[in-house]
Amino acid sequence: MPAMMRRRHALSLLALLPWRGVAHADDTGGDPFRSLQWPDLKREFFGSAPVVFDERVQVRAPAFAEDPMNVPVSVAALGLPDIESIVVFVDRNPIRKVLEYQPLAALASVGLRFKLEQASPVRAAARTKDGVWHVGGTLVDSSGGGCTVAGATRKDGSWSQTLGQVSGKLFPGSPIAQAQGSSGASRLRVRVMHPMDTGLVGGIPAFYVNRLSVRDAAGRELLRLATFEPVSENPVFSFDFPGRVAGGLRLVGTDNNGNRIDSRIE
Amino acid sequence: MKRLLVIALLAAGAALSQTAPKVDIARLDYGLAARALAPGVWVVEGANADFSPANGCNIINTGFIATGAGVIVVNTGPSKRYGEQLRALIERTVREPVVQVIHLNLHPDYFLGNQAFADVPRLATDSTRAGMAREAKAYEDNLYRLCGDWMKGTQAVLPSGTAMLGPLRVGGREMELREYRGHTDSDLVLVDKASGVVFAGGLVFAQRIPTTPHAQVGAWLGSLQSFSALPLKTLVPSHGPVRSDASAVGQTQRYLQWLDRRFTQAAEQGVEMNELLRAEVPAEFLGWAAFGTEYTRNVAHLYPRYEQAVLGGGKAKP
Repeated sequence: MPAMMRRRHALSLLALLPWRGVAHADDTGGDPFRSLQWPDLKREFFGSAPVVFDERVQVRAPAFAEDPMNVPVSVAALGLPDIESIVVFVDRNPIRKVLEYQPLAALASVGLRFKLEQASPVRAAARTKDGVWHVGGTLVDSSGGGCTVAGATRKDGSWSQTLGQVSGKLFPGSPIAQAQGSSGASRLRVRVMHPMDTGLVGGIPAFYVNRLSVRDAAGRELLRLATFEPVSENPVFSFDFPGRVAGGLRLVGTDNNGNRIDSRIE
Repeated sequence: MKRLLVIALLAAGAALSQTAPKVDIARLDYGLAARALAPGVWVVEGANADFSPANGCNIINTGFIATGAGVIVVNTGPSKRYGEQLRALIERTVREPVVQVIHLNLHPDYFLGNQAFADVPRLATDSTRAGMAREAKAYEDNLYRLCGDWMKGTQAVLPSGTAMLGPLRVGGREMELREYRGHTDSDLVLVDKASGVVFAGGLVFAQRIPTTPHAQVGAWLGSLQSFSALPLKTLVPSHGPVRSDASAVGQTQRYLQWLDRRFTQAAEQGVEMNELLRAEVPAEFLGWAAFGTEYTRNVAHLYPRYEQAVLGGGKAKP
């Protein structure tokens, strides 16, 4: 797949710009978005591990960010077997990494909202058991400003009264799993109250949730999440499970100041 | 999605053919034209579309009313240039001076033409005045980005006074200002008694997806219910074609009722925004102007409140 894409790009560039060499066509390393940041991103996130562009990693977001502080992104790689980890990152954000997700007992899908500083490719990379990173993405246009503006609860000071509060709900049925033809799946949606300060607003240090796990009634970890500054204020996450999940779930985690999150999801 | 956009654009084009101004981008000329709706009452129609450089970001219907003791202007458009061209058009059309501007709500194309009306009283409700002051900077930035050169030199000039609700008598004309809410916190409607022309502002959208950055759906539907009792001969919505009946009120009601049901149901099923954006939409609404962009904005503005109501821990109502 990547070799094919590279070849296609090289050919189309040659057709359009016959005076340019093949080497020039490779400046973005075969990136379908032709992002000049891609070679650096690839090195930063994956080192020397094998990386392929793969349409089975679906990244969905609106074409433009109506609210750059809250851009919804949904990632699903349900057609890929044995996914150990998913990373979501944004090429042109000042802080690129949004989250790392280990689905453990959950499906390889996650939904959330994030802050977008300017128009950019938004990508997800899923690592399969064989160590290969499969990369998908989508483009989101934006008027800008998402990471360098204070959130609403930071502005009005109300964040301190709700810090760490969790609300959520289990839903019988998962729209994404149903769309892919698998019934019997279920969805969990949770919201954590937190200002998620990026540290890029004058006078407000970075203050964000950095770790979250969902545990079942027996304390078994069902999924694990590392979250970073670009996740939106008072984040809402969607997770999917292959079957029904028994009640009594807990959301457990921390923020970068050491505050604990530990709450039963009703 | 692309297909939907095409449908929406075609529909916008159909509505455009009767009334769209002839825009000259090279000269930054909006091609504004005044159409008489009744003796002394004119509408200046914008494109039924979304903001774009191709239409000069002129998507609003403004208007003016001659009273015998001066002209009352209803909204001043999206830019300094629009304001100037509107004022020149009024002077060409009526041999009376402009004596007053009325802003029907706080949205940018209701007042960013104010530089051309800096010498006359400009009135809005207190809530709208406060909202304009709060949002003016963001409006300027956003419209510069969306519309480019059309916005050159535009700076927000705020209203100069507070509009009084109820009967409004100027010269020989009896009008009435009514305040509703739901599209924004304060939605003014101007009724011209003799002609039955109603400037409905942002409360009613004709053949166009409603805009919702400040909307409260429940309050809006309540307002439309009482609004529909108003006797009217001609309805001028801020966006979409002028109607000689209340059909556009019904359109707006149907859309908001559908949206409320759909968003409630989606939130109860655990649907997230990107899934909602891709879910099926009734054909009637797909055919309205600006569907491709405005529905995406509707979801971004309103869906989080519905989610919150289901997930708990919040007190906001849609």
